Amino acid sequence: MDEFLRILTQSLAELIAPTTAAYAIAAIGLNLHFGYTGLLNMGQAGFMLLGAYGFGIATIAGAPFFLAVLVALVAGLLFALVLGIPTLQLRGDYLAIVTISAAEIIRWIGRSTWLQEWTGGASGLQGRNYKGTFQDLSPLPDGRTAIGPLEYINTGSDSWWTRLFAWGVVALALLFVFLITRSPWGRVLKGIREDEDAVRALGKNVYSYKLQSLALGGMLGALGGVLYVLPITIAPDAMGRTMTFFVWTVLLLGGAATVFGPVLGAMIFFGAYMFMRTGMRALSENTGVGEIISTTNVEQIGGMLVGITLMLLVIFRPQGILGNKKELAFNVR
Amino acid sequence: MSADMSEGTSAGQPADAGPQPESVVDAAAAAAVAPTSAVATEARDDLAQVEPVVGAPKPDAILVADDVVRRFGGMTAVDVTHLEVQRGAITALIGPNGAGKTTFFNLLTGFDTPQSGRWSFEGNSLAGKSGARVAQAGMVRTFQLTKALSRLTVLQNMLLAARNNPGERFWLSWLPFTWRAQERAATEKAMELLARFKLDAKADDFAGSLSGGQRKLLEMARALMTDPTMIMLDEPMAGVNPALVQSLLGHVQALRDEGMTVLFVEHDMHAVRHISDWVVVMAEGRIVAEGPPASVMQDQAVVDAYLGAHHDTDLGDDSLLDPEILARLEAEEEKR
Repeated sequence: MDEFLRILTQSLAELIAPTTAAYAIAAIGLNLHFGYTGLLNMGQAGFMLLGAYGFGIATIAGAPFFLAVLVALVAGLLFALVLGIPTLQLRGDYLAIVTISAAEIIRWIGRSTWLQEWTGGASGLQGRNYKGTFQDLSPLPDGRTAIGPLEYINTGSDSWWTRLFAWGVVALALLFVFLITRSPWGRVLKGIREDEDAVRALGKNVYSYKLQSLALGGMLGALGGVLYVLPITIAPDAMGRTMTFFVWTVLLLGGAATVFGPVLGAMIFFGAYMFMRTGMRALSENTGVGEIISTTNVEQIGGMLVGITLMLLVIFRPQGILGNKKELAFNVR
Repeated sequence: MSADMSEGTSAGQPADAGPQPESVVDAAAAAAVAPTSAVATEARDDLAQVEPVVGAPKPDAILVADDVVRRFGGMTAVDVTHLEVQRGAITALIGPNGAGKTTFFNLLTGFDTPQSGRWSFEGNSLAGKSGARVAQAGMVRTFQLTKALSRLTVLQNMLLAARNNPGERFWLSWLPFTWRAQERAATEKAMELLARFKLDAKADDFAGSLSGGQRKLLEMARALMTDPTMIMLDEPMAGVNPALVQSLLGHVQALRDEGMTVLFVEHDMHAVRHISDWVVVMAEGRIVAEGPPASVMQDQAVVDAYLGAHHDTDLGDDSLLDPEILARLEAEEEKR
């Protein structure tokens, strides 16, 4: 029973973890791309990694916190322009190919020895080198605080301050996306998602709208990257294809083209993911299940199950949890 | 008998009520043939003076195309030497399958790029302009396969087409007070148009739930939201049931009567005969004939070569099941 409570608490903690917030932001960005505009960005992790590098390197170079965040956003913007300008005039599938390769390129450049001086190579950048400016901003007093079963230090890496800040950013991003997607601007994006030729025939510059959407979603991705590395380190290999697919799972689970979908998706995904892994580990340690699933295999099986979940979602419930069933009644191409 | 009726049409007089209309299309044509607006009447009178030869200059041409050539590999899909389209009139572009009508249409509207050619709209060159720029210039098109934006509501489809909405600029989009007034005006206009096309009850339904014919109507209504000077319809009657064809024809004529110029690609011969003021016939990428509907239809070469010798035979007619009549038709076919 104690064991079960521990697993439950750990899963509950995941719901408000800074990582969950980081994924939620990245998924909000991807939602602008895919949910509203129909762009297939398969390299959201690239935007996140670039944002993390931008923030980390700028801070280490001496920039104050908000300037470093700005650097991260500009990095995301430039990446979006570099990818979008040549590919957005082509059919949608090409963007998918280009983004997935570009994200890999960023990761490989990051882990190469070529720019090791700034990126730290394969081992990345240590958290203590860039967290100072962020933690100095904390208004919270020293010490620890417990809320229910959750207890963290007030200020530090895995702290209440990191959580407060990360979810504050999520709330702002949600408000922003809510406002822009219900506007006529958002309506043009949805029109492009449905049929870009029809929108073009009505005199709208489709290319410009797609570029705006890619840039905006990419900047949100970069911001997600900053949040992601605030409690940990910047490690290029932790921000590769797997991360992209996690973001996609989060988005499709919550429901693309809904405002709260990405947030709900991130919470449920990470809560369930933690529950599944800790649960499996406990089972394999304490029961006969261990003979079939050894504790060393739990991570791999967890990853496989995420993949299966993503497939099942796309096949059986592409509208996700919050998606509108009525909207789905008309087959999407 | 259809020739009688089209003569009546081209002369700008009500069709002779003599023969009973044999289809809803004829009924529609009989109901409304004479243009009511000054622009349309003038356009029709102007066209009556134009000599029906290929490339004939029109007194008041809104669209002029020269030497437009489009090749796909070794095949020349479009090779139009000269075409002028009269302002305020309904011009039909007809021809057999593969004649290059839709390709020519795509070239004119910026949805395809020709190998060479010049064309201008209201005196401004449109060559090399994107589809969006062409639409902004006032020449708005629809599509053969309707492009209703399925997961947007009917009203959103309409509002999307409104022009100059400041809320469509990103930096104003999140400030509703900057665009609310325009949005309200656009909604009012959209509802009026929807009412005219009998879609107002569907305003809040997803466009994907509309029937094929309603989508055609929505597309036409949506094009009107942009206040076009000229409207380009790509096979507006294709795949629409006969009852709706009647109302579509009425709507097309209403556009002309409001002073808009209409150019449409069509297969439906009845429609072409009854509502167009001028007919351009394309075959194998070239314009082979043009003129008022009555005389073009009577051009035996055009009729035989491009419309088939039995274009007047209704293939849905039960009499075709009669072996005697079939035998006669086949015999005629062999004689040719």
